[in-house]
Amino acid sequence: MHIIENGNVAAALGVLLCRVNVIAAYPITPQTPLTERLSEYVESGEMQAEYIPVESEHSALAVCIAASSAGARTFTATSANGLLYMHEQVQWAAGARLPIVMCVVNRAVGAPWNVWNDQQDSISQRDTGWIQMYCSDHQQIIDAVIKAYWLAEKVSIPIMVCYDGYILSHTYMPFDVPDQEKVDAFLSPFRPDYALNPDQPANLNTVTLPDVRMDVRGELAHGYMEIRYLLQEEMRTSLTVAAEAEKRFADIFGRGGDPYIEPYLCADAQYIAVGLGSLTYQLRVSVDVLRKEGIKVGVMGVRFYRPFPDEALAEALKGKKGVIVFEKALSYGYEGALVSDLKSALYDHLAGTGVMPMVQNIILGIGGRDIRTEDLTQALRAAAKSRVSRQPVWIGLKL
Amino acid sequence: MGTRNYRRKTSHSEHGPGDGGRTGSWRVERPVLNTSLCIPCKRNAEACFMCWLFCPEVVISRTIPPAIDLEYCKGCGICAEECPTKAITMVDEADFTDEDKDKE
Ligand code: SF4
Ligand code: SF4
Repeated sequence: MHIIENGNVAAALGVLLCRVNVIAAYPITPQTPLTERLSEYVESGEMQAEYIPVESEHSALAVCIAASSAGARTFTATSANGLLYMHEQVQWAAGARLPIVMCVVNRAVGAPWNVWNDQQDSISQRDTGWIQMYCSDHQQIIDAVIKAYWLAEKVSIPIMVCYDGYILSHTYMPFDVPDQEKVDAFLSPFRPDYALNPDQPANLNTVTLPDVRMDVRGELAHGYMEIRYLLQEEMRTSLTVAAEAEKRFADIFGRGGDPYIEPYLCADAQYIAVGLGSLTYQLRVSVDVLRKEGIKVGVMGVRFYRPFPDEALAEALKGKKGVIVFEKALSYGYEGALVSDLKSALYDHLAGTGVMPMVQNIILGIGGRDIRTEDLTQALRAAAKSRVSRQPVWIGLKL
Repeated sequence: MGTRNYRRKTSHSEHGPGDGGRTGSWRVERPVLNTSLCIPCKRNAEACFMCWLFCPEVVISRTIPPAIDLEYCKGCGICAEECPTKAITMVDEADFTDEDKDKE
């Protein structure tokens, strides 16, 4: 059924369709309407779930960790400082291999206090062991939530579904809400290998020694390092599983595409703009303008940031003259995190081949600074002409 | 041989002695049971067993008298703390000879 709604409702409908059992969340702008909507579904009986109001984001994720350990499908959502506040539990959920799905409605982090959009919040959680998916419109939000549960439960790794605050969370656009039967066909109930059970008591994630040990059954059990290695190994494998998710989804719902990247006019392009989230759709307008001027540009959205689709990106960008990475976040003291990762992927896959593109970095939209399409077009035009700077170039800065 | 085929991907330990490894020589105090104060021993019937219930290492048996497996006992003192009749006392390991220790 096609409806016109905002991005937060798209996410809430995804959660409803996935028959989530436990929701624990703490309100924070711009995520608040999402969890409010979920609490309404639970209150009205439309959703058979436990909605647990908590006193903080740290507790929200702690509740999800406990519920997920007991075999419940769980959901939470947050933004900005709320995400930072749950950071300890974010790492925990990954190490405990719990398939929690969390929407991160991207917003700038303090200080200074700012409630507008950028992506510093989720980017700062890059190394926590969570899968990160980025959405560019409302259809992608609802679809990503559904795919995320399937993928998370398949690989036992939690997933952040990230979408831009306000730009997506509070704007209205049409999207298709999948039928419940189809979602049920796509996603079966959560059946973990082990769920807390008084008949089979266990200690989960207690002090784990540096070395391996014999467990009570006399079997050689992992030390800390083996457990962490397996997380890395299965993060990498989940790239393949994500492709499987995308294919299954396309078979049932009739839409989808490349699981990792979303190219627009890239095939014959000499210069490609790369970014995460809604910005890449705005960049399409600039690409159209520049194409009319005869400049061969394209734009590529990165849908998966962790695990990083290094091979797919290197393959898609090889032989291009230039790659311009637009970012609403950065690793202070160096450059945008995405551009660093991308350069590393290009080096790994293309070093010495002679088809390595020149890479530039543009930082913009920090703390909700208005991103004008004319500025994007101008930046892309200039970058296509010559490499502007080795340092990230900030656009929209009024210093 | 490594842990590649271990049945869990995470840190998962089960109820039973030794999941935290053998205690070795680092225990500072050991629990010593005085059967003349222990309720099940006095009644010669199943009773109390608070020590069995609370021991986090699961090394106290639910028997008369309760037996403590010192190979895995960590010397935490919880059993002594929980015992309603103070039948268990924590005694300095230095008070035991090496011979005592060998008998463990
Ligand atoms: S001292 Fe601690 S570990 Fe040892 S038997 Fe008593 S409760 Fe168990
Ligand atoms: S708690 Fe004390 S009284 Fe009770 S069974 Fe244990 S040693 Fe005996």
